[in-house]
Amino acid sequence: MFDSRIAATLRRALLRAIPTVLGIVILNFLLLQLVPGDAADVLAGESGAATAETMAMMRSHFGLDLPLGQQLLNYLNHLAHFSLGYSPRFNMPVMELIWSRLPNTLLLMAGALGLALVLGIGCGLVMATWAHRWPDRILGVLSLLLYSTPGFWIGLMAVVLFSVHLGWLPSDGSTTIGANLSGWDAVRDRLAHALLPTLALASVFMAIYARLTRAAMLEAQTQDYVRTAVAKGLHPARVQLRHVLRNALLPVTTVAGVHLGNLLGGAVVIETVFSWPGLGRLALEAVQGRDYAVSLGVLLLSSFMVIFANLLIDLLHAWLDPRIKA
Amino acid sequence: MDTTKPARILHAAAAPRHSATSTLAPRSWLRRLAGPPRHAAAHAVDADGPAPATTWRLFLRNRAALCGAVALALIALLALAAPWLFPGDPLDMVAEPLLWPGQDPHYWLGTDSLGRDLAAGIAHGARASMLIGLAAAAVGLTLGTLAGACAGYFGGRTDAALGRLVELFQATPSFLFMIVVVTIAPPTIGVISLTIGLTSWPTVARLVRAEFRALKERDFVLAARSLGYGNTRIIFAEILPNALPPVIVATSVMVATAILMESALSFLGLGDPNRVSWGSLIGSGRDMLRSAWYLTAIPGGAIVVAVLSLNLVGDGLNEAFSPRLRGRA
Amino acid sequence: MNAPALLDVRGLDVHFGRHQAVRGLDFSIAPGETLALVGESGCGKSSTALALMRLLPADARLGGQILFEGRDLTTLPAPQLRALRGNAVSMIFQEPMTSLNPVLTIGDQVAEVLRRHQGLTSGAARRRVLELLELVRIPEPQRRIDDYPHTLSGGQRQRVMIAMAVACRPRLLIADEPTTALDVTIQEQILELLDGLRREFSMALLLITHDLAMVGQWADRVAVMHGGEIVEQGSSRQLFNGARHPYTRGLLGASLGLGAAPHYRAERLPEIASSIDPQTGARGFTLVQGRPTPFPPPPAAAAPLLRLEELHVRHPGAKPGTHAVDGVSFEIARGETVGLVGESGCGKSTLAKAILRLVEPEAGRIVFDGAEVSALSGRRLRPFRRQAQMVFQDPYASLNPRHSVAAILDAALRAHGVDVRQERERRARRIVDQVGLPTTALARYPHEFSGGQRQRIGIARALVLEPALLVCDEPVSALDVSIQAQVLNLLVDLKRELGLSYLFISHDLSVVRYIADRVLVMHGGRIVESGDHRSVWERPQHPYTRSLIAAVPAPDFGARRGGYASRAGGLSRPICDTQSLTVHESQAP
Repeated sequence: MFDSRIAATLRRALLRAIPTVLGIVILNFLLLQLVPGDAADVLAGESGAATAETMAMMRSHFGLDLPLGQQLLNYLNHLAHFSLGYSPRFNMPVMELIWSRLPNTLLLMAGALGLALVLGIGCGLVMATWAHRWPDRILGVLSLLLYSTPGFWIGLMAVVLFSVHLGWLPSDGSTTIGANLSGWDAVRDRLAHALLPTLALASVFMAIYARLTRAAMLEAQTQDYVRTAVAKGLHPARVQLRHVLRNALLPVTTVAGVHLGNLLGGAVVIETVFSWPGLGRLALEAVQGRDYAVSLGVLLLSSFMVIFANLLIDLLHAWLDPRIKA
Repeated sequence: MDTTKPARILHAAAAPRHSATSTLAPRSWLRRLAGPPRHAAAHAVDADGPAPATTWRLFLRNRAALCGAVALALIALLALAAPWLFPGDPLDMVAEPLLWPGQDPHYWLGTDSLGRDLAAGIAHGARASMLIGLAAAAVGLTLGTLAGACAGYFGGRTDAALGRLVELFQATPSFLFMIVVVTIAPPTIGVISLTIGLTSWPTVARLVRAEFRALKERDFVLAARSLGYGNTRIIFAEILPNALPPVIVATSVMVATAILMESALSFLGLGDPNRVSWGSLIGSGRDMLRSAWYLTAIPGGAIVVAVLSLNLVGDGLNEAFSPRLRGRA
Repeated sequence: MNAPALLDVRGLDVHFGRHQAVRGLDFSIAPGETLALVGESGCGKSSTALALMRLLPADARLGGQILFEGRDLTTLPAPQLRALRGNAVSMIFQEPMTSLNPVLTIGDQVAEVLRRHQGLTSGAARRRVLELLELVRIPEPQRRIDDYPHTLSGGQRQRVMIAMAVACRPRLLIADEPTTALDVTIQEQILELLDGLRREFSMALLLITHDLAMVGQWADRVAVMHGGEIVEQGSSRQLFNGARHPYTRGLLGASLGLGAAPHYRAERLPEIASSIDPQTGARGFTLVQGRPTPFPPPPAAAAPLLRLEELHVRHPGAKPGTHAVDGVSFEIARGETVGLVGESGCGKSTLAKAILRLVEPEAGRIVFDGAEVSALSGRRLRPFRRQAQMVFQDPYASLNPRHSVAAILDAALRAHGVDVRQERERRARRIVDQVGLPTTALARYPHEFSGGQRQRIGIARALVLEPALLVCDEPVSALDVSIQAQVLNLLVDLKRELGLSYLFISHDLSVVRYIADRVLVMHGGRIVESGDHRSVWERPQHPYTRSLIAAVPAPDFGARRGGYASRAGGLSRPICDTQSLTVHESQAP
């Protein structure tokens, strides 16, 4: 019964995802069309000189002179073959380009989300347990401040403090260039480089989860079943953890799912601040350099990522809440 | 960034003040949103116990929320008065570059690497931030409320269609979407506000939809239907006033989010190039991070103050609207 | 009483901020006895129950002493208090639907209390849980032990709560309105279960309720509460046969279903009015027993006002084939009150909504005043809507909190074509006066009124258009007994003044018996019995009707305890003689 409920949720979620995926693809394609000029113009501009004939040749080479419907079909066809086009600026297939940068961004995002969840829920638990007393007040003020601060600014200030003045942590890139480290040293080096960006990215989400956990727990504490648990003579810690927190986690997981898109957006800025070689910086460079194939490819892929992650969240939800029907 | 408080349904705690004129005169929409002075019905056996304070009074009693409101008012004042306090273009080079704050009494916040007055930048930046924040929130609110109300009230296929649309918008990472849009269209304030509004309407729509779905089943809506009221009247006159409290709370969060998003955008250099905003100040100050870090710190501090005030006000509104937790049976 | 009291409460005070919910309470419970704490809403009985187990919220202040087996619970340190809870003293609550944790299985939740107090291993605990589930008569305990609460019905959840409460053989079980949220047939089973367990475990039972008939059947002793104080206590026989305090007598008089079976054409219900002397602050009670309203004889052989023919209504959002209303046909004549009785889920609310075209019927006809309305829609329904209106159950949810009373009435009149403002104001003032509210009520908002007053406003809204038919969907079920009497009297008065016909829907048989001319019994979407108000009670034909009547609690002081024998129609003889209550009695407490 346990498994059939999860399987049914999975099936339902997949079916729901398909039209969304299709919608995103079409949206991307339309955005592509809205771009002023086309790739041929860009290439011509970059190469410096182009005659009408070479432009026409480039157009037909890239299939840019075909009717719209045909172009859409070609686009879909390419997608089906896992090709996102070719980047004129970087001179390689977009897919390959994205693939090389993806792990770095995933590392950052996963680290940030994990940190945010653990620290955030932990703080929220403390705040709810000592509600209205000084641990709650102090943590409440801190989380409010963190919530109100732009992540990139925290990153910058952290660089000023830890890199410039204290010199404890590096401020650029994901590894120290030139030093051929291996084994533990390499891992430590990577961690040192990743710490500040991850913290900066996680900051605002930490605050969100802390506040949300606190609110959800305070709400759960007023419920009847908590009164029943106390009437049974259970220890307050057990009531908090087993009865209150368990129910309070449900809204937190819902919100966490929605944040995946925001996490990616935040990654763009953080990666810029720390010169982190990830997908976000790639998107920014592509946008500034008018390399639409890359930027739209990143948009498309990240949308897919978000949909996939939401699927996982749906499953997690079905597992946590037995009221969700098969 | 989403609202962090779970949406709460107002439990009949707010209603307008007395009218001194005819008792049947309809109350204005805005006045109805404020809380009433509650009368203890002297001859009634009131099973609810003592009267709770009104929504306004609750809000005003909350000191933190009050501080936030005052700070917001000051920022708004600064934004409005900027052209008079700091006449001219804030992007003009006016003084010696890289003056630290306090070095020169004329430029008490210092200057940047090109000799531009930081204080002027902050004041004019306030205009840009507030404008975009309000415009984006207005777009998001309008779209979200309309969509959510229709989906929640009519249900069925309207609801399913909206659900799909919301999923579509939420699957696209909003910031990436924004970046792509500002390269296609010119990054004017209008475009930026519109785009931020487009990314924030799903949150409002979900809130409003949840409220409408719950309120639609209430007896007073059934009574309205049995009296023969049309759908439009029921949506706008019966349900919407009751559905507004969580939306009002969400508005402050939306403005805050819009300010943060705009600052990130202009930090990356993708904002309106002709306007100064706090984010662009941080972006241009970044090159001097190691030596003149005040160029990044001060505009960032301004953002923090503005967003913090909005959040304090939002929290205060949430506390004022949510029902008193009385555990007694 | 020579045996020392199990629970001895002395001078209990409970304060919530400035409001005092309980004052100077003194009572005791002996081992193995059932004490009922009776009162209307807001009298402090639930606060008392929570105070006994120290479950009140943190902002409540306690005064006085609560001596349980000699130890004062008000000063007991927290760890010892926790050792007592669920172990020596247990509690079950009013709302079984929300009292269980939705994300844990019922087996886990019952085992939790066993493992906490008796330190059982999980295997031993599981065995014990199965025994307990059988004891409380949950069907198929082997399967149900791993189910989640949302798969159980309200009655079953309450049984699980009882299992949790008696798991460690407590000496005292506090039951706070344990059956208020349940159907009357389930109610009987739960109370019988509680009584059986009480005798088996020699447990004392503190039963908190507002239902006097239940008290008469299941309690040994009774304490009546009002305004945070006990106004009278004694054995239940004493109280029912010769109550001394005017409030108790008023309550007994106003309660239907205690044996006497008045009818609205023959007598009015007595009303209790409480007043506070401005100088001394003492509370006084006045009992008002008015004279019955004279009714003209019903018109001979006129066409029926409402006729339903084979009405079928589907459950909203359900598959075709399942019907909430399954082929219902009946008539309502002009000036008649038809009572519709049934338990929850029988389809009576759906029927009410279908009649008013708030829900679309799948098949069948509705003929109102000769015109078929089942086929109309939109604007053409307007005239029908003016003629047929509804009064709802929940006075707190049926009025828009954002609209003043005047706005509510004005909007209704305007929507039905009364364009002149003075005319609307005049009609609003008139109807507010007719429902017994002052004209100052017009400017106020719903939250400023009590439950009974809000129900009057709801009635005013329904009647301001001067309809011919009023559908009342459980209009008094959410009200206290004393307010119930007032609203029922009001409905009777309005019926005569305005020449109304009623469809009165309720699950409470005693109320329907009082207010209806003809009674229909509904079960599973169908009308299973119909007859005039006397014959349905005295000669019920359908077995469902008989089981319904048998399940109604009646104060017989334990005559039926130990398994209920079915009675062949008719209630026991009247216990309380309402004629002995003279008009305008008052007495300071």
